[in-house]
Amino acid sequence: MDRNDSGDDSEAAARNRRLVASLLDGDHRALARTISRIEDRAPGHRGLVSHLHPHTGDAHVVGVTGSPGAGKSTLVDKLAAAYRDRGETVGVVAVDPASPYSGGSVLGDRIRMGSTVGDMDVFVRSMSARGRLGGLSTATTDAVHALDAFGKDVVIVETVGAGQNEVDIVRTADTVAVVVQPGSGDDVQTLKAGILEIGDVFVVNKADMDGVDRLVAELEEMLHRRDAGGTAGSQFAAGAGGHHGRGLEADDAGTAESAGRRVDGTGSDAAGADGEWAPRVVTTVATAGGGIDDLVAAFDDHAQHLRESDAGAERALSRHAAEIRRLAREDGNALLDAEIRRRGGIASLAERVRAGETDPYAVAASIVGPIADCVDAARDGDDGGGETE
Amino acid sequence: MSADTGRERQRPIRCLIAKVGLDGHDRGAHVIARAFRDAGFEVVYSGLHRAPEEIVQAAVQEDVDVLGISILSGAHDTLVPKVVEGLEEYGAFADTLLIVGGIIPEEDRDDLREMGVAAVFGPGTPMAETIEFVRENTPIEPDESA
Repeated sequence: MDRNDSGDDSEAAARNRRLVASLLDGDHRALARTISRIEDRAPGHRGLVSHLHPHTGDAHVVGVTGSPGAGKSTLVDKLAAAYRDRGETVGVVAVDPASPYSGGSVLGDRIRMGSTVGDMDVFVRSMSARGRLGGLSTATTDAVHALDAFGKDVVIVETVGAGQNEVDIVRTADTVAVVVQPGSGDDVQTLKAGILEIGDVFVVNKADMDGVDRLVAELEEMLHRRDAGGTAGSQFAAGAGGHHGRGLEADDAGTAESAGRRVDGTGSDAAGADGEWAPRVVTTVATAGGGIDDLVAAFDDHAQHLRESDAGAERALSRHAAEIRRLAREDGNALLDAEIRRRGGIASLAERVRAGETDPYAVAASIVGPIADCVDAARDGDDGGGETE
Repeated sequence: MSADTGRERQRPIRCLIAKVGLDGHDRGAHVIARAFRDAGFEVVYSGLHRAPEEIVQAAVQEDVDVLGISILSGAHDTLVPKVVEGLEEYGAFADTLLIVGGIIPEEDRDDLREMGVAAVFGPGTPMAETIEFVRENTPIEPDESA
């Protein structure tokens, strides 16, 4: 990425200040523009988010995930309307996949957002995954920060629950809702594979279809086992990162972000310990608005739980930890990419390996070595980082 | 990779493809949305039967570079000005490329252009032509009207 904004640094900074001022002033265009800069990783966007940061933390962030067709967008639409009825303002970030072929995408979540159109106090933003790895979760979290700073009472993040990226995104929410629909056993299978652990509220949508009771029963049984510790505890918690606080340290692999959030879920190993949140199952018929009040009530209860127990603080901690790790990694990667480019680009390096002149290990060492030396040298002198900005 | 290519735009072109008014024919809008996607654009599709205010809301919130309105109902001369007004109200008109597609009689096209529509694409316009126009006329660096 083009990070060498040193030339127009002050100009970008002034622009950021103006943008932040307008955003805090309630200018929708400024909010939209801010999210674009965040999404584009435009020069200086870091400074932008960092200016916004002091104004964040007041919104209740709800993540909504589930398989395609489960009714997420419709549900989000009805939720937004319900919050508006209570006089609360709403921000929505809807993430859609991008085509791996052209990089383009058709973002269709807006089509379902029919209940609140014309109401500017519902700010809906569609985001494309743009095929980038990991970056999406940063962009999404930062967009949530922007909506939060703008003063939205509730921010809803909607993603397809397929893949680590998407799971990472909803994990950054205060309350995570997993949407499933009856009639496809596959959904419950999917849940087993990794989403079960992250849900605070499970929404059985399309509850007017056959098979609702069975699905609810299955879900409740799984959740019971998830919370009952013992066998199920190890089964699920193993993937979720083990013990209390582990999420903060477990930064080994690229998946560490995922381990980050679930401090609270792993806490539920200690089954039934008082003050634990017991995941809720709520049935809805989103198209007709059925069950939406129950769902909002469940979200409220969870928000209250976070406020009144340690879980809220823990969640915030692991969220910040994941954010720091992600940003640091991003900068590290940018540094490495620049080095690779400086050495003629990855293609020519690969060609040298193919031609038998060298091997990947030597190439990697030659790239990272000088950087490590610099870090060592800097550590001896001064601890000052920040050179990547 | 593309980051290496100098001053090229770093972001994909963002478009809103909108159906406005009571006309329920969206095949054209779908085809355009698909073609834009395949050209590497990010396309937000509005869905059918949108009021001008809804289009404006979507265009502002999504911060699109391009707003493509599809109209086959003949109501372009009342609907398009409302969209333009709305965009102006939010300070979003100047840096949004506004294009119109659908059934627009030849004699109305100049009026639309005067309102600020950059181009009108009628039936039979080759897809490549529309895409090329958008590529060439979308501002590389959105200005800082905010």
